[in-house]
Amino acid sequence: MSSSDACIDLVQRLSDLPGVGGDEGAVRDHLWSVVSPHVEAARIDALGSLIVRRGRGGCKVLVDAHMDEVGLLVQQVEKDGWLRFQTVGGIDPRVLPGAVVRVGAAAVPGVIGWKPIHLQTEDDRKRVVPVKDLAIDIGAGGREQAERAVIPGDYAVFATQSGFFGDGLVRGKALDDRVGCALLATALDEAYGCEVHGVFAVQEEIGLRGAGAAAHAVAPDLALALEGTTCADLPGVDEHEQGSRLGGGPVLRIMDGGMIHDRRVNGLLVAAADQAGIPVQWKGTITGGTDAGRIHTTRGGIPSATLSVPCRYIHSPCAIASRADITHALDLLRGFLRTVAQRGFSA
Amino acid sequence: MKELLARLIEAFGPSGREDAVRAVLGAELQGMGLSAVADPMGNLVAVRPGRAGGARILLAAHMDEIGLIVTHVDANGFARFAAVGGISAQTALGQRVRFADGTVGTIGVERLDDPKDLKLDKLFIDCGGPRAAVRTGEMCVMAGGLQADGGRWIGKAMDDRVGCLVLLEAARALRDSPHEVHFAFTVQEEVGLRGARTAGYTADPELALAIDVTATGDTPKARTMDVALGGGAAVKVRDNSLLAHPYVIDWLRGAAERRAIPHQMEVLEYGGTDAGAIHTVRAGVRSGAVSIPCRYVHTPGEMVDAGDVQACVDLLVEALSAPLP
Repeated sequence: MSSSDACIDLVQRLSDLPGVGGDEGAVRDHLWSVVSPHVEAARIDALGSLIVRRGRGGCKVLVDAHMDEVGLLVQQVEKDGWLRFQTVGGIDPRVLPGAVVRVGAAAVPGVIGWKPIHLQTEDDRKRVVPVKDLAIDIGAGGREQAERAVIPGDYAVFATQSGFFGDGLVRGKALDDRVGCALLATALDEAYGCEVHGVFAVQEEIGLRGAGAAAHAVAPDLALALEGTTCADLPGVDEHEQGSRLGGGPVLRIMDGGMIHDRRVNGLLVAAADQAGIPVQWKGTITGGTDAGRIHTTRGGIPSATLSVPCRYIHSPCAIASRADITHALDLLRGFLRTVAQRGFSA
Repeated sequence: MKELLARLIEAFGPSGREDAVRAVLGAELQGMGLSAVADPMGNLVAVRPGRAGGARILLAAHMDEIGLIVTHVDANGFARFAAVGGISAQTALGQRVRFADGTVGTIGVERLDDPKDLKLDKLFIDCGGPRAAVRTGEMCVMAGGLQADGGRWIGKAMDDRVGCLVLLEAARALRDSPHEVHFAFTVQEEVGLRGARTAGYTADPELALAIDVTATGDTPKARTMDVALGGGAAVKVRDNSLLAHPYVIDWLRGAAERRAIPHQMEVLEYGGTDAGAIHTVRAGVRSGAVSIPCRYVHTPGEMVDAGDVQACVDLLVEALSAPLP
């Protein structure tokens, strides 16, 4: 299997694992099994991020990908056995009714229930059902039976199985950001001649919480965040509001909601892309943010940028990415690290 | 001061693109014998050594101004954009803008059925040509220079180039001080106080002040606020980023009263300054702000009073000249 095929395979395996913010253990374990033969030092920090190092001396570069996905958290088991829940991270409540989920460590199957269309009033049909009015049905006969399978505090994830899709695409529930995790884990199979610190961060989706602590500990010369990013290349969306296009290549940014990207780090990415003939696209919208937004203001400032794979329908039960974009992103990540090693970096 | 302010205001410097402002400030600092260094974020920091018994004090004024960033250029050369910092659609419509390379454009609007639909995503920049003059990712600022015929000065980017001016003039006028003073000209204030956070971490000060503009309450039907143009230096009590430390407020008021420097208390019900980021770095920093009253903040017609500017300089010099109380 080629390195890029292995990476795309890893994206799918990681996407199928549950890993909502605060519950990244299964993802972390799997990543550790992949990277442990290749890294020279590793630790899990106090917040749960996996921090590994490959190489010693030379330029110190932090590469970040977050392990957590958006999902649900069971808040209360009702007396009829329904599970009231909160969302963890940004989920559009319109994608929830009817979604099939898996609850807790035992992956109990559930479905998010709401009145069928026949019973809805006119008002029901016009409004977005708020999360507090939805509940997960696990088919329990009552609270006692439900509590044998699920307790408050259990997490739930979308039950989508990953797979290949259409013409050269891949689908999965958690491409944001298992695609970044897979890129980083795969790229660590090579030594680059610089000091690479891989950070598999926790709790990005609920406020970039893991990345800041990890960046403070690593104190790198520069940083790169790997992400799955919004892509609205859909019918009816004006060209200037699409953000990025599937198949258009890895996405670089000038500015987003969390940061203005460092021109020197972007320059290294562009140089690496030019040298290897990798197509890139510049993100055409500036909303949202990544771990790099937190990393770049850590300590006395860390020049940072992001490298993203376009993903349609992120933060929904099923996201879609292009296998060619993933392959190009992997090549670009490797090229970036080689360029950093060759040219060095000083702020 | 007017000539220097004109140069500062005309320097191109939206958030993250402060190079031209940094160049003007770096030359001025060098001219007064202070060597300044740019940190990884781009903050320009000059340190004036102190002596035993003095404190380490950080003073921060931000170099960046609000601007626009091109998000998409269509086949006919019309550029869609997003705001860099707080620019409203109402303020942007009809303005002239200028890019780093001098390219000038004007801001047009789609046909609107209802004036309420006036949002930034309905606007576009027209640089006049059939071909794209600008590219995605390029930033521009409001065009315009300084008008300063009398005692009232009008210009774009008064926020916070007038703060940079106050900080420079205070550095120039400060003769004898026991304190190690870090003069920081920060980046990216308008997009979230980002430069000040890292400058604060690196300086690790015992006390910090932001030097920035504040709003006034002295225009027709203005939001109530006891700050007036011409009323003197404003000593910040609060904004949405900071509750100024009582020690710092008393320190500044004491200095102002000692020398009868015109001053007023600033209670700002919104907004924030660099001190908001600095006061929570590391284990916390006693912080406050000296504000220059400014009408029409975040428009191309920001107006300040020359006497207020001088009062702010005098207040900083007086406060820094004596040991902390």
